[in-house]
Parts: sequence; structure tokens; C-alpha cells
Amino acid sequence: MKGVSPILVVIALLALVPIVTTSPVVLNFLVTTLMIALVGQGWNLLGGYGGQYSFGHAAFFGTGAYATAILQLRYGVNAWLGFAAAIAAGALVGAIIGAMSFRAGLKGSYFALVTLAFAEVLRIVASVAPVTGAGVGLLIKLDLRPEAFQFQSRLPFYFIALALVAASLIVVRLIEDSRFGAYLVAVRENEEAAKALGVNVVVVKFTAMSVSAAITAAGGGFYAQYFLFVDSGIAYGPWISIEALLAPIIGGAGTVFGPLLGALVVKVLGEIAKLLTGDAPGLDLIIYGGVLILVVAFAPRGIAGLIVSVRGVFQKARDTAALERSRG
Amino acid sequence: MAEPLLHVDNVSKRFGGLLAVDKASFTAEAGRITALIGPNGAGKTTLFSIVSGFAAPTEGRIRYQGADITGQPPHKLARQGIARTFQITQPFAGLTVRENIAVGSHLFRPRRIDALAAARAVAEAVDLGDALDQPAISLTVAGRKRLELARALAIEPRLLLLDEVLAGLNPSEVRDMMPVIRAIANRGVTVVMIEHIMQAVMSLAEQVFVLSEGRIIAQGTPHDIAADPRVIEAYLGHGAAQRMTAGAAHG
Amino acid sequence: MLSPVILVPALLNGLMTGAIYALVALGLTLIYGVLHIINFAHGALLTAAMFAAFFAHKLFGLDPYVAAAGLTPLFFFIGYGLQRYVIGPAAHGEDRNILLVTLGLAVVIENTLLYAFRADTRTINLPYAFEVVEFGNAFLAKPRVIAFGTMVGVALVLWLLMRFTDTGKAIRAVAKEKLGAELSGIDVAHIYAVTFGIGTACLAIAACLLLPTYYVNPHAGNAFVLVAFTVVVLGGMGSVMGALLGGLFVGVVESLSGLYLGESLGQIGIFVMFILVLLLRPSGMFGERA
Repeated sequence: MKGVSPILVVIALLALVPIVTTSPVVLNFLVTTLMIALVGQGWNLLGGYGGQYSFGHAAFFGTGAYATAILQLRYGVNAWLGFAAAIAAGALVGAIIGAMSFRAGLKGSYFALVTLAFAEVLRIVASVAPVTGAGVGLLIKLDLRPEAFQFQSRLPFYFIALALVAASLIVVRLIEDSRFGAYLVAVRENEEAAKALGVNVVVVKFTAMSVSAAITAAGGGFYAQYFLFVDSGIAYGPWISIEALLAPIIGGAGTVFGPLLGALVVKVLGEIAKLLTGDAPGLDLIIYGGVLILVVAFAPRGIAGLIVSVRGVFQKARDTAALERSRG
Repeated sequence: MAEPLLHVDNVSKRFGGLLAVDKASFTAEAGRITALIGPNGAGKTTLFSIVSGFAAPTEGRIRYQGADITGQPPHKLARQGIARTFQITQPFAGLTVRENIAVGSHLFRPRRIDALAAARAVAEAVDLGDALDQPAISLTVAGRKRLELARALAIEPRLLLLDEVLAGLNPSEVRDMMPVIRAIANRGVTVVMIEHIMQAVMSLAEQVFVLSEGRIIAQGTPHDIAADPRVIEAYLGHGAAQRMTAGAAHG
Repeated sequence: MLSPVILVPALLNGLMTGAIYALVALGLTLIYGVLHIINFAHGALLTAAMFAAFFAHKLFGLDPYVAAAGLTPLFFFIGYGLQRYVIGPAAHGEDRNILLVTLGLAVVIENTLLYAFRADTRTINLPYAFEVVEFGNAFLAKPRVIAFGTMVGVALVLWLLMRFTDTGKAIRAVAKEKLGAELSGIDVAHIYAVTFGIGTACLAIAACLLLPTYYVNPHAGNAFVLVAFTVVVLGGMGSVMGALLGGLFVGVVESLSGLYLGESLGQIGIFVMFILVLLLRPSGMFGERA
């Protein structure tokens, strides 16, 4: 996929959806899908492109959500500024965890473990600390004005989510086509070889982690504004760490559109789970876990990979046909 | 005489109880091809790892371009002009040949377009021009060795460490690769090569160092080395030199 | 405060909790040592075993120590099957995939338990759960003494297995040099599965030992596995001795720090210790570099 134009086309198409329907159910589905796509794109940068699998991206999502909630509730900060601060806070947490982990040389399973642990520490702290509302959580005051980043209808949220996703797609696309992107992928493929070519592996990983965290934190900040409620389980719980990695893996890790495609699948599966059992806890995650295993087993490059393979099959068929024709 | 570009000075490397390298010293003159030979397990690759920053010596110093570079990490040394290839090729498996080389080209070229263009030029110099868009894993052994070489060249090194770049090639592939290496040296790059293929060592190297059990046991021109009984013993075992001269006397 | 009357029982109790940690850590380190994977599903499997032991008691009235006789082989086969038919094939041998597959398994198992049994915490009541054994001037809870003894027994059995049986030798061969073992005709996939099965069987034993004095809920296994992970990283990934000694050591530290600092250290302390151990000593004291 060369250039930014495919992104603009996709976004334009999605922007036209409200012409077809303004049903709150559909819009809600799409908004939450876009939110997961955003969070997943963050994971995708570090995991898909960089090859460093984080099992604790909740740490950044939750920090984004709490940052904006706390700033608004405790310090009366404007919601939009709070949102910007959420992204910065997420990036900071990402930088700290990244600095510690990568300087210690953690990779592979050890890195996954340590990210899991960090997310859990934050969750436990948030569940008891007064500033995060302890066991009760935080409720952002209802104030349905655009200045407060709240709206009467879902439509403005939809467009904002779309804009955020568009931004994340463009950022990743630009990285893909840059030296940083080339270095990031080299680190994923073979760290030692990358070092021998002048790549500062620790700095590359650290940078990727910080940007990844910032994107994911934006998703968290958006969540806080859309649902107006945050608690430790929502902010730092395993559910979001799993969805953050599931979307890109299903859609195609290391591709620009992977997280968006995958987020759609994840949300559809989630809706199916709800249909089957109402609100019984656990079923949606069971499905997610099962799908994760199936995707890894049968389609490790995700949907994007399948599309490439199918295209390859068609191309081969076309080539063979052309060969036959030239012979005959 | 000018100071050599590379001066490995009394380097030792200990791994737990094993002394892999024992007070080894060698030099590489600027613009020349130097060979490092010796039986398997002698410590040659360990020395390369130390010179390229992948390992730190237990004792000794490395001087490069007149400065002490001991202990600096690989990526810093790459920026200062030291490139190495790996004995077991280490391609970026998921990338194409062009993308592989471009990672090296990017060192001095921030823009993607420039790096990709430079990668093409390097590929053509090592005769990989036809394979630019192939996935790196689809290359033959000879192709992978060329890719390994191309990537190292892409960072425009002054010192090129080749670790058995001819290993695994059939005789005609070896014959094809040798002029490539000669051409690199002719362009002013200092080459140090670890090699087992004596034909290449004899015809390419201007200076040879022999490493056995971690120690430098001989040095000189290829001609001197070939006749040196200590070298023969190192490769063929104790008493081999004597048996050979005795055999020659009888035959 | 340092009086032996208080210290010794705390020490002994720590040893006994440590025995459980050691058993859980043993499975983890064995799996790592042979398969070179970090089993993210370990916690969920422990929880599953605890539920199994719980229901063995609730539905069939089986005493956990008796249930262990049946659950241990059952969980051996579960572990064997998981490695042979799920993890091995799905991962295609790639490390990154193995990570995801074991994570997926953990999520599936834990949430299946959550879905089936809700989040309630359950306990069982056993008549002898509060009986004590006198040891010098210390009164030790009977179930915990049994736990310690069992750990020693299991360690012994495993040592004998590794040393003297063909399977044990095959396991050691695969752990040391997989390619060579394969070339000598060893069925590596089978050995991997056997090892995973042994690791899971250890969990079943640990679960049965825990049940008399502990509770069960879908997250119960995680706390133990986290400590076990810490133990394994501290004692060295792949080192059996490290796992055993490390487990006992952590148990004692936990007990003694509980004495001086109270129970408020809680889970945060365990996680922080875990993070610090990962950051500072990923190779542990006995094992290989990360």
C-alpha cells in the first residue's frame, strides 16, 4: 500500500456512513470499533512492526483514561486539554516502562511478562488509591457541550473517533516509509544484524514504545469522554490488553489497516457473545482467546495476510494462463 | 610506516572456565586484505565479535584509526566505519533483498528514497541486481552470502570483517566471489577475512595471521605461512610437519 | 521480636507455604528448561486444578489428598494433550506464536471457569484442616506439614524419573540439545508433551495440597503463579534446584516479612518484586542468560 491515498479513501467511505444510517446502535458499535482500532494501532506499532509483544497495553489505555478524568474532576481542567494531557501521560508511562525494560535487555516472553506485571501493578494501585476513586471509580460530570468534549448525540463522537483513527493510520504509514520504520522492522527481524548496521536497538524500541503508548492512551482518553466512567478494572484490566493485541493480530500485525480490520472482527465477535449469553461475564473473552489461538494456528498473518495470499493465487493463475496463451 | 588501521593488542577472552582467546594480537594495514586463519574453534569468530563490539575482551585493547575503541557497542562502531558479516548468515527474513540492504544504506541516508536507490547500487555491485525484490529467505546459499556482503557494504565501511563469506559456496561460486572482494579492497576498504578456503587466502590476502587454540602462532605472507611447520601442525596435528618432510624426502 | 519462639514457627510455616510455591515453580521451570517457553497458561491451569479438586470434594466427597491420586494423572493427560495437539501445532515453532497461543489458552481456561462458576469464592471444610502437629515448641497446621512432605516426595520421584528412566533421559537430552536428540531418534513432540504434562501434573498436586487451607475462585491460581514466576526467574529459568530452593526461600521471606510488616504488603509487593527481579537478574542464580 503506497502513499496515504488508500487511507483517505477508506476514511472518506467511513465518513459517509451517517448518510446511510444514524441509528444510535450502529453508531455506538462503530465508535467502539474505532476506539479498539485506535488502541490496537498503538499495539501494532510496537508489536506488529517492532516485534515486541506487550501483554500489558492496558497500562497506557488506563493512564490516558484516568489522566483526563482526574484532571477534569480534581483540577477543573478543560476536557480537550485533558485529552491532550492523556496522550502525553500515556507517552510518559510508555517511555518509563520502555526505558526500564529495554535497557535491562528484556525481550520476547520476558518483555511480555514485565508489561503484564506493570499493568497489574497499576490496576491494583488504582483500585485502592483515593485519587482514582479506589473501588468505586471516577464519574466525569455530565456536561453536554462541545467545549467539554461531550455531545448530545453519538454523531460528533463518531467523527472524532474517525479523525483519531485516521491520524493513527497516517502516522503509521509515514513511519512505514521512514528510516525509523526500516530500523524498527529490522529490529523485529534480527536484532544482532541490525546492530551491525548501525541501528541503536534500545533507542528504536524505546521510541516505538513511547509512540505506541501515546496512541493507545488517546484511545483511553476517548473512552473516558464517551462513557464518562472509569474504574480500575476498565482502565487497567486484562480485557483491554487482550483486545489491544487481538485486533492487530486478527487483522494483520505489521500492516497499516490490520488493526482496523481486526477491530471490526473483535467487536462483531463481542456482539455475538452478548447475543448468546446476555451479560454473563467471561464468554466474550473465551471467544477472544479461542480466536487468538485459531488465528495464530491457521492465519498467522491475519486477514491482511490472507488477502495477500489470495491475490498471490490469482496472480499465479493469471501468469499461468498468460504462459499457456503465449505457448499456444 | 603509518599506523595500521586496526590494531588488536594482546586481547584475551574468557568464557567462564574457557580461555577462547589468549593474548592475541594482529594488525590490518589500511587498504590491504588481511586473512585470519586457523583450525575450527581457534577463536577467530570470537575475535571478530570483539573487534565489532559484540563482545568485550577480558584483557587487551583494540585500536582503530588511532583511537581506542575497546568496549564500544556494535552500532557505534558501525557508524565509525566497521562492518562485519556473520558466519551463519543473518538476513532480515521477512524483507526483500532491497529492503535488507536499505537498512544499511539508511545509516548515512535519512530519506527512504535515497536509501532504496543506494541499496540498488550496492546490490548491482555484488551481482544481486536481479534479485532485488525477492524475499531474502528465497535466496540460495550463494545469494545469502552476497546479501550478507551487500548489507555490510551498504554502511560504507572503512574496515570490513568477513567471517567465512566463502563457506558453503561451490568452486565456481568461490571463483565468482573472489574478484568482488578484490574490487572492494581496490576501492580502499580494509578487509580482514576469516577463511578456510586456502585458494582464496593465497590469492587474495597480503598478510596472514594464524590462530590456534586462541593464540596467534604465526604471521606473514601467504607464502611464508604455507611453509610454516607450526601452521601445518595446527591444522594436521602433532608431528604432521615432520611426517610431511620425511615423506617428501622419500618420495 | 527475634525470639526463637516466634521466629521458628514463622520459619517453618514459611517453608510449608514455600513448598506449594516450589511445586508450582517446578512445573514452570521444567517446561521452560525443556521446551524453552514461558507457559502463560500456568496460572489458569492451576486454577482449573483447584476447581477440579473442589468439585471432587463437593460432588463425590473425595478428600483432596485422595483426589490427588486421580487428578494428577488426569492433569498429566490434559497437559500432554494441550502441548501435543494445541500449542505445538498452532505455534509452528515460532517463539512469538507460542507466546500468543499460551496467552490465548490462559484466557480461554480462566474465562471458561469464570463463565461456568461465576466469580464467587468458595472453600471446603475439612475436619482435620485445623489439626496441628507439634514440632518442638511450634504448632504447625497438619495440611501444611503434609504439603511439605509431599513436595519432598514429588521432588524425589522426579529426580528418580529423570535419572533412571528412558523417558527421563530423553527429556534431559531434548533439554540439552534438541537437534541431536531428534537425530538420535527421540520423538521430540512426544517428549515436549510429556514434560508439559509433568508440569501440569505438579499443578494438580499443588492444587490438592492447597485446597484444605485455601480458597477457590477463577483468579486464585494467578497469585501463586506470579510468585512461582518470580521464583523461577530468581532461581534460574530451567533450574529444578533453583525452583525448589527458590520456592522455599520466597515462602520463608513472605512469612518473616508478614511477621514484621504485617499482611499489608499484599499483592503489590509481589508484583514489584517480580518486576525488579526481571529487570535486574533475568538469568537468576542457577540458570541460563535470558
